[in-house]
Amino acid sequence: MPAVTMTVNGVSRSADVEGRTLLVDFLREQLALTGTHVGCDTSQCGACVVHMNGQSVKSCTCLAVDADGADVTTIEGLANGADLHPMQEAFREHHGLQCGFCTPGMVMSAIDLVNRNPSPSEGEVRHWLDGNFCRCTGYHNIVKAVMAGADAMGGGS
Amino acid sequence: MSDNGSNGTGFIGASLKRKEDARFLTGRGRYTDDINLPGQLYAHLLRSTVAHANLGSVDTSAAEAAPGVHAVFTGPDMEGVGGVPTGWLIHSKDGSPMVEPAHPAMAIGKVRHVGEIVAIVVAETRDQAREAAALIDVDYQDLPAVASLEAARADGAPLVWDEADGNLCYDWEVGDRAAAEAAIDGAAHTVSIDVVNQRLVPNAIEPRAAIGNFDPTTGEYTLYTTSQNPHLIRLLLGAFVLGLPEHKLRIVAPDVGGGFGSKIPHYAEEAILTWTAGQLARPVKWTSDRSEAFVSDTQGRDHISTATLGLDEDGKFVGLKVSTQANLGAYLSTFATCVPTYLYGILFAGPYTTPAIYCEVEGVFTNTVPVDALRGAGRPEATYLLERLVDKAAAATGIDRVDIRRRNFIREFPYQTPVALQYDQGDYDATLDLALEASDWDGFEARRNEAAGRGKLRGIGISTFIEACGIAPSAVVGSLGARAGLYEVGSVRVHPTGSVSVFTGTHSHGQGHETTFAQIVAETLGVDFEAVDVVHGDTNAIPFGMGTYGSRSLAVGGTAIYNAVQKVIAKGKKIAAHLLEASEEDIEFADGNFTVAGTDRSKSIGEVALTAYVPHNYPEGLEPGLEETAFYDPLNFTFPAGTHVAEVEVDPETGEVELVAVTGADDVGRIINPMIVNGQLHGGLAHGIGQALLEHCEYDDEGQLVTGSYMNYTMPRAGDLPNFNINHNTTHCTHNPLGVKGVGEVGSIGVPPAVINAVVDALSPLGVTHIEMPATSQRVWQAIQAAQAQD
Ligand code: FES
Ligand code: FES
Repeated sequence: MPAVTMTVNGVSRSADVEGRTLLVDFLREQLALTGTHVGCDTSQCGACVVHMNGQSVKSCTCLAVDADGADVTTIEGLANGADLHPMQEAFREHHGLQCGFCTPGMVMSAIDLVNRNPSPSEGEVRHWLDGNFCRCTGYHNIVKAVMAGADAMGGGS
Repeated sequence: MSDNGSNGTGFIGASLKRKEDARFLTGRGRYTDDINLPGQLYAHLLRSTVAHANLGSVDTSAAEAAPGVHAVFTGPDMEGVGGVPTGWLIHSKDGSPMVEPAHPAMAIGKVRHVGEIVAIVVAETRDQAREAAALIDVDYQDLPAVASLEAARADGAPLVWDEADGNLCYDWEVGDRAAAEAAIDGAAHTVSIDVVNQRLVPNAIEPRAAIGNFDPTTGEYTLYTTSQNPHLIRLLLGAFVLGLPEHKLRIVAPDVGGGFGSKIPHYAEEAILTWTAGQLARPVKWTSDRSEAFVSDTQGRDHISTATLGLDEDGKFVGLKVSTQANLGAYLSTFATCVPTYLYGILFAGPYTTPAIYCEVEGVFTNTVPVDALRGAGRPEATYLLERLVDKAAAATGIDRVDIRRRNFIREFPYQTPVALQYDQGDYDATLDLALEASDWDGFEARRNEAAGRGKLRGIGISTFIEACGIAPSAVVGSLGARAGLYEVGSVRVHPTGSVSVFTGTHSHGQGHETTFAQIVAETLGVDFEAVDVVHGDTNAIPFGMGTYGSRSLAVGGTAIYNAVQKVIAKGKKIAAHLLEASEEDIEFADGNFTVAGTDRSKSIGEVALTAYVPHNYPEGLEPGLEETAFYDPLNFTFPAGTHVAEVEVDPETGEVELVAVTGADDVGRIINPMIVNGQLHGGLAHGIGQALLEHCEYDDEGQLVTGSYMNYTMPRAGDLPNFNINHNTTHCTHNPLGVKGVGEVGSIGVPPAVINAVVDALSPLGVTHIEMPATSQRVWQAIQAAQAQD
């Protein structure tokens, strides 16, 4: 079994994995970071989005071995103690979540958007979130939250 | 206390941020698949790849010998265990009971739909279980399948069940056929419509999952499951399937990632996982993947209907007759039989005074995934048919679409409909006026002209609707065939230092109960919002309640909690009277203080609570403690109502429909948390728009699901939807103390006909008079071509 080493939420983690192990399964099963979710098997729903080297990736679509040497951030790594990341705070403030299942992927994806585009328009937010499904909110408050989060981030994290 | 049940502390009616969000936003939610038990094994369920077949041999020997495998079980291994029950007995017109076939947890002898469970493989790891399942050799001896209503009801159609002639489960009716037909026969105008209400896949983003566990030392079974109603699962699984006493069966529905009806039913998987854990005395976990969910989660809608409306010279509706075929799928899921009957036929008065109404429904078996409740459940199907028909009536009579609705509104309450329901309250003119204003209905022609200048066909559509929520008075539903009561329970435990735990039988899977219910308790008990926590989801922690569906949690569950608070206050008055040396009758309660009327002598709820638990100086004969439970059985359904307006632009070259505006004016009763209520409206609207424009679950003639993944089942994405313009006009429900009605299903009920009416309005200059859902670009383009070919 190949060994992988990666930094996850600022901590170096090493483990033996099967070559076929998906990054999301590695995070959930081996590291017990269950905040990253699985909502589909065709790489469409975005519940699994994490950051790899600062960019959003669907962790159901890459292998754990692909993340060898990478810097990975999951939803668990965003807040600073009790202080939520501005994007998390914006989702709370604007009721951008209901059941919470899509939320980690939404938040991770939204932060990457703002890193690339510090003040996205509503249309740009909606377009960017094409790969993130939410069945609860109708996206209305998610879009509001992402725009407010972008403001609060002052353009990039 | 004011007439709205509030003590004036301001928690009720405030958009407080949700208590549940902190855990969800930081990845600390605890969904079923996040739970791992010591010694846990993993299950893979082998599912039928064909829609209808005799099961020849099922050879599991290679799978049993595969690495890591602990056990393989098939249907016959579970023989003797009860079948999966259905929750509602429907009677046909002739009084005969519905055909109610056996529903073994795993297939025995035959499979009847793609996705039916044939075997369970249990192994050390998920991958081992899946790989071993691929080694099972199943001899499917194919039988002809019926995958649609038309095929199932055709002469000589193959039978899904030998005992169901013509694949008919029941042939049900409601209303007065003779009266409706006579009214239509004598009407000045009649209009008819044929509509399809297409099948949908619920698609909660969290796939279903279950973990069965068994403790041989206590004989206790535990099932973690993605359910909207843990006690209902315990009742059905314990009493009907496994024959386990309640005190040995614990059901935990932890955080659940959306339900929309698809997590109401008691599923075979729950029985299989629990039973298998008992066989192996080890925890066994199963998590559905999305492809599996498409063929195993219950699906929704799937009706074909024809209806006729009679009108007098003035455009007043005089009679309505509806004939519907409803696809139930291959097996009867928990609420499958009542959704197209008692949640459908009784909705046909809508907001109108139609004096004679008749509805008949054939419940039909097909070789497809079972159908059950999906957001709105029966009420969207009824509303869609009625509101399309009303638009057609406007076109046929030349009466304006808004005017014809207004001419027929119910304005006197209570109003007894001809189809069983009695509406307690409503103001349909007010929501209509509000919607017209908020959508700038009067300014539409200018927008239409402006769009025409850009080569676009712009249309506007409206629907005015009611819904029946707050399900439901037990005696009423019992007389109609329900096999359970539909009350709810709430317990309020005031702790010695004045903080409060609330226990509810409802289940929150996105609705925000932890916040809304805490607001009710904080306000009515006069304690801090932060001092109240809400517990739900674990049958070992909460009293016996019926769960969350049918927009019932606040109207029924919230009332139970409110009533429990009143009991706490009543007991508190006795304690306070004793402490204050006053008579109980003189004690008034407000803002968390028990006060002797007309004095400033008072005791706080905290002091009273402490006394209740340290009863040194205490009323004689009164039990210590401050904890009360109330069971609440509603007196009636609640009747949210509203008007939805949709505005679209169609590109005549491509048929593409752009939804440019959606306006809702809703009366959902008293609002506890406006932020949460609006969120529920948004979600329902998105679901309804998905049905109107995007979503369609399709099977081919062999019963293979054609739309079996997100690659070909079109979920609404952020870019498909506009921002929603939400407005409220509130009337209070008259028969619950909070005056609340319910909100979760409003959007999916009200908006589909508004969207389709808008598309038809846009296309009407071309001669198009109807378009089926979903109004995809292909379908719209074809309708345009067909209309032009006729010219
Ligand atoms: S789990 Fe759906 S995209 Fe990764
Ligand atoms: S909040 Fe439930 S899926 Fe988005």
